Amino acid sequence: MRSYICAAVGGGMEEIMSEVILEINHIMKNFGNTEVLKDIDIKIEEGEFITLLGSSGCGKTTILRIIAGLEVPDSGTIFLNGKDVTNVEPNKRDVNTVFQNYALFPHMNVEENIGYSMKLRKVQKKAINEKVKETLELVQLSGYEKRMPSELSGGQKQRVAIARAIVNNPKVLLLDEPLGALDLQLRRQMQMELKRMQKKLGITFIYITHDQEEAINMSDRIVVMRDGKFEQIGTPTEIYDKPKTSYVAEFVGNANIIHGTTTSIQDGLAVVTAPGGNVEAEINEEQLVVGEDVTLAIRSENIILHLDKSMGGLKSLLKEKSFASGMQKIILEIEDGTEVISSSLGMNTDLAVNSTLYINFNPSHGIIVDLQSV
Amino acid sequence: MEKKEKKKKSKSKLWMTVAPLYIFTILFVVGPLIYMLNLSFMTRAEVWGVVKKFTFDNYLKIFEPVYLDTFIESLKLSLATTLITLVVGYPFGYFMAKLSAKWKKIMMLLVVVPFWTNALIRMYGWIIIFRSNGLLDKALIGIGMTEKPLKLLYSYPAVLVGMVYSLLPFMILAIYSVAEKMDWSYIEAARDLGASRLQAFLTITVKLTLPGILSGVVLVFIPSMGLFFISDILGGGKIMLVGNLIRDQLFTTRDWPFAAALSVVLMILTSLIIMLYRKITHVRDLEGIL
Repeated sequence: MRSYICAAVGGGMEEIMSEVILEINHIMKNFGNTEVLKDIDIKIEEGEFITLLGSSGCGKTTILRIIAGLEVPDSGTIFLNGKDVTNVEPNKRDVNTVFQNYALFPHMNVEENIGYSMKLRKVQKKAINEKVKETLELVQLSGYEKRMPSELSGGQKQRVAIARAIVNNPKVLLLDEPLGALDLQLRRQMQMELKRMQKKLGITFIYITHDQEEAINMSDRIVVMRDGKFEQIGTPTEIYDKPKTSYVAEFVGNANIIHGTTTSIQDGLAVVTAPGGNVEAEINEEQLVVGEDVTLAIRSENIILHLDKSMGGLKSLLKEKSFASGMQKIILEIEDGTEVISSSLGMNTDLAVNSTLYINFNPSHGIIVDLQSV
Repeated sequence: MEKKEKKKKSKSKLWMTVAPLYIFTILFVVGPLIYMLNLSFMTRAEVWGVVKKFTFDNYLKIFEPVYLDTFIESLKLSLATTLITLVVGYPFGYFMAKLSAKWKKIMMLLVVVPFWTNALIRMYGWIIIFRSNGLLDKALIGIGMTEKPLKLLYSYPAVLVGMVYSLLPFMILAIYSVAEKMDWSYIEAARDLGASRLQAFLTITVKLTLPGILSGVVLVFIPSMGLFFISDILGGGKIMLVGNLIRDQLFTTRDWPFAAALSVVLMILTSLIIMLYRKITHVRDLEGIL
């Protein structure tokens, strides 16, 4: 199956062909009485860096394990490169995993860990040593061949685990929250290194994380997961600018959720009545009905505050203000008790706690979410 | 000046707590050992007791074919016992470690409870099973596997079964304690990297449970050399092991020096095995040994 992706490059058109390398068809999985995966369906393209983003327990690790072959789905199929691998043993799939806890074999040194898969296939010792050396260079751990896992730091173990998984050049590499145990600085560094490695090797990466920053920085596509279902699939820009549900809007980026009623629709703008006033939101393709409830998501950085109601907006009370790293964060409460957070650059000393302000925003920043599909 | 006094006081206090242990060990462990060593170099008196005449004869006597054979037979039995307990105990301990928490406790109880009954009495249980027309014969004849009663009691196989039965729990627990602490994600990683179930077992599981295997082997092999009451009861006096030999020489033949010499040799053998074990388990890469 081929899907053609056309990209405009400096005015000209360039065709980039991407083949589907992994097909996940209607996967369902129960553990005991719990439905962990409810109809998971997605086609993953060759060479892409796709991230499963979600909070703990949403089922992302289970999907990974099913792709790796460590779990068998209750129903549905997995096709790798056109072949049905749903019931194929993990050791016979061209898929490798970087485990969350690294799982480096404690009784083998770095060289033996990385060379393990080659040794199983009875590759010549000389060829193994060469490939191991090459891979260690790639993860920037040259010279660490004889170290034992117990002698390595977290970041080093991480890189050995990655080396061990890519040494076979698998079709798909699965990474289960690989940076979770590292400190912030190291994590940011590793994010860039992983991205660089992926681009260089051209291997399809399926990445799991609960950190939205990580997902946005590294991925070609993000899949936001919730309770065993895919909430939304899209590029980082799509997920951020056009979240489809309030969950996605709140999970990725800081979003304020306002509930109101559509009072009129004119020229692509919807006038929404919400507690404390009226606001306007731009309609793109959404089907809105006048008189029906609507939910809007507005990013904190897009909130505009006015001192009077001449510009419209929702009446609110300033509850709290704080200032950190050059950003001013103001917490307001609108009439139905909903909290709205505004974040802006620079410090504003005029605004006082308990003063009345009017919350508004550019209509294009008012994202309509949670539409019931027909 | 005060500090020095305080140090002296705390040192002597420390000594007071440890002293009783030293005294006990010297009186009841080291003392008898020295006595036995001493005894082994003496000569046997005509009727009863010993004559204080220094001799190496007792040790030389061990090399006589009759007695040397006994040692070899005992070693063979111990090896067979150890091997069988390993083959039976390993899967048992391994799968026990994979059970849920509730079943682990139940199985642990089932393995340990027999120990609350005296070992001798449990051996009598085997007599009931093994004797002619006993439980085993009745069962086999009943399902038509054999026509005449097997004369299993008072034979080598019976002794072997008795030994394995007594020592199996040690192997099981040794394997279980190591398997229980093993992180199963290592096996998953091995499978993910291309290992078949067998390959994962041989390259990862066995290597990681090796400490358990070694301690299990030692826990079974060493006692097995001395368990004379099993060969007595289930062997009917026909199977002579080192333990029986020592007991006979001591009580029947009344050749105390010889019995002492045999005991000393047995002790040396046991110590050698323990030293070997310690040497092995201090080596990091055990691949060479296997």
